[in-house]
Amino acid sequence: MTMLAPSPLLYQGADWDFDLIRRVHEAIGEIGIKEMGLDPYPNQIEVITTEQMLDAYASTGMPLFYRHWSFGKHFARNEALYRKGYQGLAYEIVINSNPCIVYIMEENSATMQALVLAHAGYGHSHFFKNNYVFKQWTDADGILDYLEFARGYLAKCEDRHGQEEVERVLDAAHALQSHGVHRFPRKRMPDLRSEEKRAEERRRHGEQLFNDLWRTVPVGQKRRAGKEDDDRRRALLGLPEENLLYFLEKTAPRLKAWQREVLRIVRLINQYFYPQQQTKVMNEGCATYSHHRIMTRLHEKGQIDDGAFLEFIHSHTSVVLQPAFDDRRFSGINPYALGFAMCCDIERTCTKPTEEDREWTPAIAGNGDAYGTLREIWANYRDESFISQFLSPTLIREFGFFRVVDDEDEEEMNVAAIHNERGYRKVRRALSRHYDIAYRDPDLQIVDVDLAGDRKLILQHRVLDGMLLEENDTQKVLQHIADLWGYDVKLIEIDEAGAELAEHAASPRRMFT
Amino acid sequence: MHIIDRRLNPGGKSFANRQRFLRRARAQVRKAVREASSSRSIKDAGKGGEISIPAGGVQEPVLRRSSQGGVRDYVLPGNKKYVEGDTIPRPEQGGGQSRASDSGEGEDEFRFALSDEEYLDLYLEDLELPDLAKRQLAGAQSVEWRQAGFSTAGPPSRISVPRTLRHSMSRRIALRRPKPDDIEALREEIEKREGAGEASDELAELRAELELKVKRNQRIPYIDPVDVRYRRLESTPKPIAKAVMFCLMDVSGSMNEHMKDLAKRFYSLLYLFLRRRYEHVDVVFIRHTHEAQEVDEQTFFYSRETGGTVVSTALFKMEEIVRARYPISDWNIYAAQASDGDNTSSDNAVVLQQLRDVILPICQYYAYVEVGADDEEEPPGGAGEPSTNLWRAYRRISVDAPFAMRKVRHRRDIYPVFRELFARRPEGVTADGS
Repeated sequence: MTMLAPSPLLYQGADWDFDLIRRVHEAIGEIGIKEMGLDPYPNQIEVITTEQMLDAYASTGMPLFYRHWSFGKHFARNEALYRKGYQGLAYEIVINSNPCIVYIMEENSATMQALVLAHAGYGHSHFFKNNYVFKQWTDADGILDYLEFARGYLAKCEDRHGQEEVERVLDAAHALQSHGVHRFPRKRMPDLRSEEKRAEERRRHGEQLFNDLWRTVPVGQKRRAGKEDDDRRRALLGLPEENLLYFLEKTAPRLKAWQREVLRIVRLINQYFYPQQQTKVMNEGCATYSHHRIMTRLHEKGQIDDGAFLEFIHSHTSVVLQPAFDDRRFSGINPYALGFAMCCDIERTCTKPTEEDREWTPAIAGNGDAYGTLREIWANYRDESFISQFLSPTLIREFGFFRVVDDEDEEEMNVAAIHNERGYRKVRRALSRHYDIAYRDPDLQIVDVDLAGDRKLILQHRVLDGMLLEENDTQKVLQHIADLWGYDVKLIEIDEAGAELAEHAASPRRMFT
Repeated sequence: MHIIDRRLNPGGKSFANRQRFLRRARAQVRKAVREASSSRSIKDAGKGGEISIPAGGVQEPVLRRSSQGGVRDYVLPGNKKYVEGDTIPRPEQGGGQSRASDSGEGEDEFRFALSDEEYLDLYLEDLELPDLAKRQLAGAQSVEWRQAGFSTAGPPSRISVPRTLRHSMSRRIALRRPKPDDIEALREEIEKREGAGEASDELAELRAELELKVKRNQRIPYIDPVDVRYRRLESTPKPIAKAVMFCLMDVSGSMNEHMKDLAKRFYSLLYLFLRRRYEHVDVVFIRHTHEAQEVDEQTFFYSRETGGTVVSTALFKMEEIVRARYPISDWNIYAAQASDGDNTSSDNAVVLQQLRDVILPICQYYAYVEVGADDEEEPPGGAGEPSTNLWRAYRRISVDAPFAMRKVRHRRDIYPVFRELFARRPEGVTADGS
């Protein structure tokens, strides 16, 4: 006599409900945590509509954000593209917060929801919680509170000073945001929770110290500054400084307290996003590898049926598609494809290494513990170091990577390295450099300011490989800097030898009042 | 794990941002909207839709490297035939894989969609019926109710709970109504002492006090009718200007399809404008061949008719309708006429007389639009003066009359002419009569 066992299937067909999500989440956790050893934040799953997804797109995926016209612009464009069918929407958005917020779309099928939960709720969430760049730079516990504070603060500023005034400061701050991050850890880690309290304290402190008498105190004769004072002055101002927003917030002589606070808000929020720019490949690799493993295991354990598994495979393959450079669809290297391939390759190296692998990555080849090795790697690398360590010859061959050098002085572009014995290291080094933020963003610094004279601010761009700044944009951004600074600004572009290549200058248009 | 259903949350989170964006790009969006109008069909005239504006105005500049010059290096996937040392010709500028985003200002277009509302707002901005003078104050006026303070009488549904309780509280404090807690405490105290078998004067005093308090509590109610306040509404009469717009259109055989299309476009604009800006504007459609008839909107715009041309019939029809339904003392009367300028020669004098003596005196404004063929050559003598029958007749109308005429030859002229005719003017200046 046989007992009719209850069907192990989690679901059948495409429909889903909240109970199903809960069951699937549990089953995925069984695999993700118990088998793969993932360590994600607790999840908060939010079901949203298309419209809400478009909203979330516009504000860089965050559930709440201060108001600015540029978000309206992004919304308008995304909406137009989406309605015309040029662009699909993401299946999910995940937010690096604790608990980890995962937005899932209502029109996803049951399989897609399972995929999304595995991808975002376990893959990304594990990465956010464990990767060192995120640990060092972001405060997952405080981000939502801080955004709430930022929105409230800016709304209050708009009430008090008018939308237009606030918009001017925000425009300027947004223009500088790519150069508004600390790239090296400072003494204090940002603690976003107490930011709000500190902003209030700063204001109150300023009010308390205010004494109109100081205005009437006669000013003594200024001492003529000597040459040796130059270095001292620069040191006092903390120059050279590469965080332009930070410098302006702290030092710009004519800004009001609230304007400094606005710069600070933009700067801190941008700092929160800084790790994501450095770990795109790894983050997506981790999430894609996780969902692939989890879905495959669900299928192996008989918890999803063949139809669901095929649906998963279908969407998975289109996510990790890497068109060749001469393909019409090519638009750069797909971080999902590269990340996923590298994670799978590391698994292969751990379990079934070839001679080549033993030579190239002796530390992990054949250690047999793929999950442990991957967790270790996910925790301690960022894109640049990840690629320079673990991009194997096998993958370079598989992708057919080659390096092309385009020198202005040459007639034609030159193929510098391909996927062969002589080229592996060159290709790998070149690719890893492309993911190095320090190489990708132009190196700009504030080098000096003439405090005793006309207060001109001097910036320097160290030109790399003869790549100058884009003329039009630079002029506009410089204009913003001049407006914030309140006096003239000069930007000099110099090459490695120190020779001046170009110069831009701007004067303030209208004072911030 | 939590699951939160956000689907029912109010949408439109981006609305405020979108408004900010539109405000910022207003000048460009307005221009784009007006340019888009000439290529639309009549039915879509008032619909929102996709527009594109130059990206320059809404650009967000950042510090970045130029896409040209220097030594660049790329790592690309999908090598099939290249070996080390090969050379590849540079892909042509503009095409190729790196679609340069810094192709200069204004070249890139920014495309997005406007809603009907936003579209019409920009489209019909600054337009107004001139000289909306006769404001009807008596009779069928609308009343607006506004919240205005509080009153002591009113229906229960309008009770203001916070106000009522505030009054109740101040009265209770003023009259020193004992609190229930105090009474309870006193009662317990007495019970305790009684339980202990005490029988002193103090206890008797306490009993008296309790009795007093209970009585007082009963005598002073928690909420008294004098506390109750109602949210008061005040009515403010809202003056509405009654206005009627007469649309007169020639549909005779001499009007070819192109001309009819132009005329209909003009009227559809006018109709859109009136419907949007004035809740209380009647629109009367009169079309005429050698005889005039009042028709509804559908027939006016979409049905066909041929025949001779006697313009005066339409004017008589209009007079008849005004007399029957729109007393001159109460109504602001407007008229817009579209025609190809043809008229039976003998009728010109009648038209002129009827216009001068009857129609213009009762009209706030009369606009005449003459539609011409697409390829019609500019008449000699310049200045775009047509020389049709009707035009020459209308020329003789005095400059002081509230009368304006324009010539339209092409679709793209319709909107500018329309704007010219109905542009918002400073008080007291009427349309010029050329």
